[in-house]
Parts: sequence; C-alpha cells; structure tokens
Amino acid sequence: MSLWKHHAKFERHSLWLIIGILVVVSIGGLVEIAPLFWLQGTIEKVDGMRPYTPLELEGRDIYAREGCYLCHSQMIRPLRDEVERYGHYSLAAESLYDHPFQWGSKRTGPDLARVGGKYSDAWHRDHLIDPRAVVPESVMPPYKFLAETELDYRDLVDKMKAQRAVGVPYTVDDLANAKTDLEAQADPYSTGAVGLRKRYGAKAVNRDFDGDPDKITEMDALVAYLQMLGTLVDFSSYKAQAPENQR
Amino acid sequence: MSASATVAAPPKGSGAVLVLSVLAAFLAIMAAGLSEDPIFRFQAGLACLAGVISAFFLIGGLAGGTLRDAPDRYADGVIKAGVVATMFWAAVGLLVGVVIASQLAWPRIFYFPEAGWLNFGRLRPVHTSGVIFAFGGNALIATSFWVVQRTCKARLAGGIAPWFVFWGYQLFIVLAATGYLAGATQGREYAEPEWYVDIWLTIVWVVYLLVFLGTIWKRREPHIYVANWFYLAFIVTIALLHLVNNAAVPVGLLNHKSYGVFSGVQDALVQWWYGHNAVGFFLTAGFLGMMYYFVPKRVERPVYSYRLSIVHFWALIFIYIWAGPHHLHYTALPQWAQTLGMTFSIMLWMPSWGGMINGLMTLSGAWDKLRTDPVVRMMVVSIAFYGMSTFEGPVMSIRAVNALSHYTDWTIGHVHSGALGWVGFISFGAVYCMVPWLWKKPAIYSNKLIEWHFWLATTGILLYIAAMWVSGIMEGLMWREYTPQGFLAYSFIETVSAKHVENVIRMVGGAMYLAGALIMIVNLWRTVRMPGAIEPAVAAAPALATA
Repeated sequence: MSLWKHHAKFERHSLWLIIGILVVVSIGGLVEIAPLFWLQGTIEKVDGMRPYTPLELEGRDIYAREGCYLCHSQMIRPLRDEVERYGHYSLAAESLYDHPFQWGSKRTGPDLARVGGKYSDAWHRDHLIDPRAVVPESVMPPYKFLAETELDYRDLVDKMKAQRAVGVPYTVDDLANAKTDLEAQADPYSTGAVGLRKRYGAKAVNRDFDGDPDKITEMDALVAYLQMLGTLVDFSSYKAQAPENQR
Repeated sequence: MSASATVAAPPKGSGAVLVLSVLAAFLAIMAAGLSEDPIFRFQAGLACLAGVISAFFLIGGLAGGTLRDAPDRYADGVIKAGVVATMFWAAVGLLVGVVIASQLAWPRIFYFPEAGWLNFGRLRPVHTSGVIFAFGGNALIATSFWVVQRTCKARLAGGIAPWFVFWGYQLFIVLAATGYLAGATQGREYAEPEWYVDIWLTIVWVVYLLVFLGTIWKRREPHIYVANWFYLAFIVTIALLHLVNNAAVPVGLLNHKSYGVFSGVQDALVQWWYGHNAVGFFLTAGFLGMMYYFVPKRVERPVYSYRLSIVHFWALIFIYIWAGPHHLHYTALPQWAQTLGMTFSIMLWMPSWGGMINGLMTLSGAWDKLRTDPVVRMMVVSIAFYGMSTFEGPVMSIRAVNALSHYTDWTIGHVHSGALGWVGFISFGAVYCMVPWLWKKPAIYSNKLIEWHFWLATTGILLYIAAMWVSGIMEGLMWREYTPQGFLAYSFIETVSAKHVENVIRMVGGAMYLAGALIMIVNLWRTVRMPGAIEPAVAAAPALATA
C-alpha cells in the first residue's frame, strides 16, 4: 500500500510531475526513431537515385502546395495486388531526397509512386485541367490554373541551397546552373539539355510538358515531376535478397 | 495580498505586450515590404494587422481604464472568450468538412475551375486544423483555464499572459488557415503550418505552459488534481512533438517556404510519431483532463477510482508514444519498427479502457441522470465513443487488418468516431456546463434544444462512421479482388465510383452534426441573453474560494 503513497510526490510537486512526464514520453521515441538514423540497413543500396532537377523540384513543391499527398500515396506496399497494379514495391532509398516525404496515408486516388512514364504529357495536362473530361467518374479537383500560371522560380537557388542545408547533395555546379537547367528542361529544342543530363543523368528529359511553348508554367513543373516519379532506381541491378538489403 | 490597492491597476505585462504588438506590427510591415514572395507578403500583412489591432485595443483599454486586474477573483473573461472561440471554430471547421465531403460526393457541382484555392487539397487542411487545433485547441485552453483555477483555488498566473495565449492562438489559427488557402504548407499531415507560424505557435505555447504551471504553483490545495496531470502531459508533450517534427530550414527569412530537416523513411516515422501523438496527447490526454473534471462535477460523484487514474495516466502516456509506426505498416519502414509500433498499439487498448471505465463508473449511483440530463448523456456517449474508437484503433493496428484498412475510408471513419464522438461530445458537454457557470445563469436556455443537438449529432456520427466502414472495407476488398483467371478484378476508378452512395451518406451525417452544433450555438446565445437569476451583477466573477 505504501507504493501508492509514493505517488504523492508527483501530485504535490509539479516539477516532479513534469520530469516524470518527460521521461515517460521520451523513451518510446528514442527507442524507435533514433536507431533509424544509424542502423545501416534502414535504407537499401540502389543505383540511380539522384536529387530532383530544378524543374522537378519546383513541381514537387506544387504537388505539396496543392495537397496532392492528401489523396494520393507514394508508397507501394509489398502486397500482390499492389505490385501488380502499381509496380515494384517502394524502397526507402527512393524517398532519400524527399523533404518532406510524401508517402501519404490515403488513396482517394491511386498511388503515384511509379506514375512516371505511364501516361503521356498530354494526358496529364488534360487530366489536370479537367479530370472528368478524361475519367468521367473521377472525384479529383480541376487544376486549370496551373496551365495558366507562369512558374515563379526567382527563389530557385535559395530553395536548392535550403535543400543542400538539409542534406540533399546539390553541387556548386548544380546551383550555378539552376535556372538554365530549369529552362532547358522545359524546352524540347534546348541546347542546354546536354548540361542538364550531365548533372542529373541520362534519364532527365527535356520536353514541353504542358504543350505551351510560349511560357514555362506550373503545369510544366508538376508534369515534369509526375513523369519522373518512381523511374530513377535501376531495378535490374537491385538485389532484394542481398544481405545488405534485408531489414 | 491587499486586494483593494491593486484592483484598479491594469494586468501585469499589459505595457510589455503593447510594446511587443507595436514592434511586431512594425517588423511585419517591413517584412511584407521587403519580401518578393507574394504568399509571405500576404501573411506578413495579416500579422501586421494583428499587431495593430492588438496595440489599438491595449491603448484603448489602458487609457480608458477598462483594462483592470482583479487579483482576488478567478480570471473568467478569457474563458468566456475561449468558449465563444470554441463554438465559432467548431462551426467553421465542421462547415469546411461538409463542403469537402460534398466535393467528393458531387465533384461536378462543388469544384470551381476558376477558384483553385477552393480545391479539396487546400480545404482539407483547413478542415483538419480547424477541427483539431481551432475547435479542439480552444476547447482545451478554455477548459484547462477553468479547471486549473478551480482545482488549485488560485487565479490564473501571469497578469495579461492568459489573454496573450488566447489571442496569440487565434492568430496562429488565422495564419495557418489563410496560409493553406494561399498555398503555404509544409506538406505534412496535421503539421501543415509553415516555419514562421510554427515559431509563433512555439512562443504562444511556452507562455501557455507558464500560465498553467504558474497557476499550479500558486495553488492553495496540497495536491495537483488528476485532471491537471492530463492537461500538463498534453501541454508538455505537444511542445516536444511540435519542436522535433517541425525542425526545418526556411528557404529565406522573407520566404514562406521551408524544407524539413528529415527526409524519406526517417521523416515518415518522425511525422507519424508526431501525428499519432497529436491524437494521443492533443485529442486524448487533454480531453481526458476535461472528462476528469466535468463528468464528476456534473453528476456530483467522485471519480470512480483514484488508483485506476494513476495507473492509466502513466500507462497511457508511456505507451501512446510508441504507437506511431502502425501508420506505416508494409511501407519501407524497417519491419522491427512496424512490429514495435503494432505491439504497443495493442497494449494501448488497456490504459485507454482504464480511462473509459474510470469515466463511466464515475456515474455509479447517478445513472438516472442519463435519462434526465442530456448533457450527462452527451458526455457518457462521448466516453462510449472513446471506448469504441480506442478498441477499433488497436484492431486496425494489427498488420493483417491494416493491409486491408490502410489507405481506405475505414481510417477516415475511425478518426471521425474519435473526433466527432469523443472529442466533440466531451467538449460540447463541458461547454454546456461552463456557459451557465460563466455567465451566472441558472441553467441552459433550453434542454429540449440540447436533446435535438444530441440526437441529430449522434445519428449523424453513426451515419458517418457506418458509411465509412462500408466504403472502406468495400474499396479495400475491391483493390485486392482477383478474377478466376488471376487478373485484378477492378480498375482503380471502379472503386471510386462504387463509393458514391457512401460519400453522400457521409456528407449527410456530417451536415447533421454541423446542424447540431448550430443549434447549440443558438441555445448558448439564448442562455447568455437570459436575465441573470442566481446572483446579482456584482458577482460577475466569483471571489476566490479561500480568503
């Protein structure tokens, strides 16, 4: 019975109560979260991951701004139906440079982790402008304004610097060429695309994503982002059964 | 203390807050002028406006002598304001919920191609933040101010600080919500406000903690009452979660955008450690504090078991913090973390039901009040919903169940049985209790209207969660359905169109819940406007209980 009396200490001294609360609520987080930062197996070893190109980064910011993650997941689970519907299950390595992660928690619409390359640019544009013109039963909001709004990338270099500050390996070269790379990627005839591919790899494509050659719009950026989703990792060289990828 | 000498002085800190308001307004207008970022300019303009309004009213109050401290009375003015804010944000948050439910039910009618800021993706955080942080947060702050004063027999500490907490919190809500509409978001669920809003909330929250603690330090009771343990755990842990989860690097000091310091898998677990404990500490611990004061008070019975309250308090706060990974089953999160999260989520069932039992059994000997007092009925149904959703939660955290339920409407239904049933009803119950006490009225204007509120809202919740069970389990099963030939049976869009009826029922249920809240607002308004019957105007705030 005396054990209960000891509790009086917490009830009579607010400082003890606070210390007690802090200790008790810290344990779980420390045990579960902290190891993820140093356990080697947390992120798989893969080929092909690279930071987002400037245009894709802008597109990703629009994706977050419009709250796409509230209805679309970017996390394919290793379940038979999901792998058949969406493609190879998602790896931790694939969101290595995602600040913030966009795995989502709800599929009001389908998963987008591997939507890149599944549809044409024109399909994405038409679908974003009026989803029900393409998919009559869709409940997705219309994003006509993206095609009309010119992309504001005045703060692009600052964004990439902030990304670098949180750990994304953009090089000095990447920062110096940020704006030309962005403009090159939205122009199918650009000579700057050579530099873009030198910095971001052969898979970085330059196209007129929104079909409007006159200006670089938010639609360009968003479609560029959607079209690269899930396409980076080279799954022919990924060995799921290798010991370093066992988690 | 000599009460008569200090009674005419303005509350401590009024001058300092005035100076800070002017300074903040000045800094904000500078920031708005210097920034190239239209969203940041808009938000800085709002902050400037808030500073100007604050300074204006402080100057008026100080010069006119209307801003007076009354150290020998409970500080009830800020609680009255809190009650008004609670009901205002309830109406806003629920209304936005009904709007976005309508968008999913009738997308051809409720989307406007020319008004992108009214799209689902921008309104949904307005709904979630509006209900959780604006409605729930105001209910928690207002009731915690009431409870801590009464159970400590002490006036709120800090002079003008409680008012700073109140108005600072409203500014946080306005900045967050207008930010979402304009396109400022961190893109993390339930932690959408951008870096400058997060910093502002941190300041407000620290002052809130100090006011709460300062009042406890002044107490004239040897023991800290159990409700205050829960409020304290809520305030302290939310501060911890907020600071860690929102660690970010801004793109510029004059730019609204920031990038979180964590990425990918680590970010996912930090976010759901935050997200699930926003449920555990904001939506559970805080509202349990509410339950531990208002239920015993209303039914005039002591808390059922003192020992159970000790055991379930420590067990609850210890176990909750582990449960986050159940939001990440079958994802790229390492499996050991998923398993730990599931294990603790199942264990969490026990302390949760400990709280439910302690709340329900407090009615021992007073069960007849269920029939006679609709407010008691509302609070009891609230505890029943708490028990229901804290049973459903552990079930859904089992990996095999989660494989079906995750990503579906089932989760949405689960959240709403907790939010509408538990959080909403216990808050409404507390407000129904407090309004006659605060405004010195014998009772609520109309018990009949409370009955209407209760039955409309209860039916609404049942329609809502039943519709979401059906649509969630249906879509989960359709996604994994195979034809005899071994092909996926349904395209994704077929599972979307299959949910139309459930989406409509959900919207109807939500609208009924909103209608109940509007009836309550009318009822409260009529209560406040009733002629005071029990005490003369002199006792506008009761004197402190101890001389």
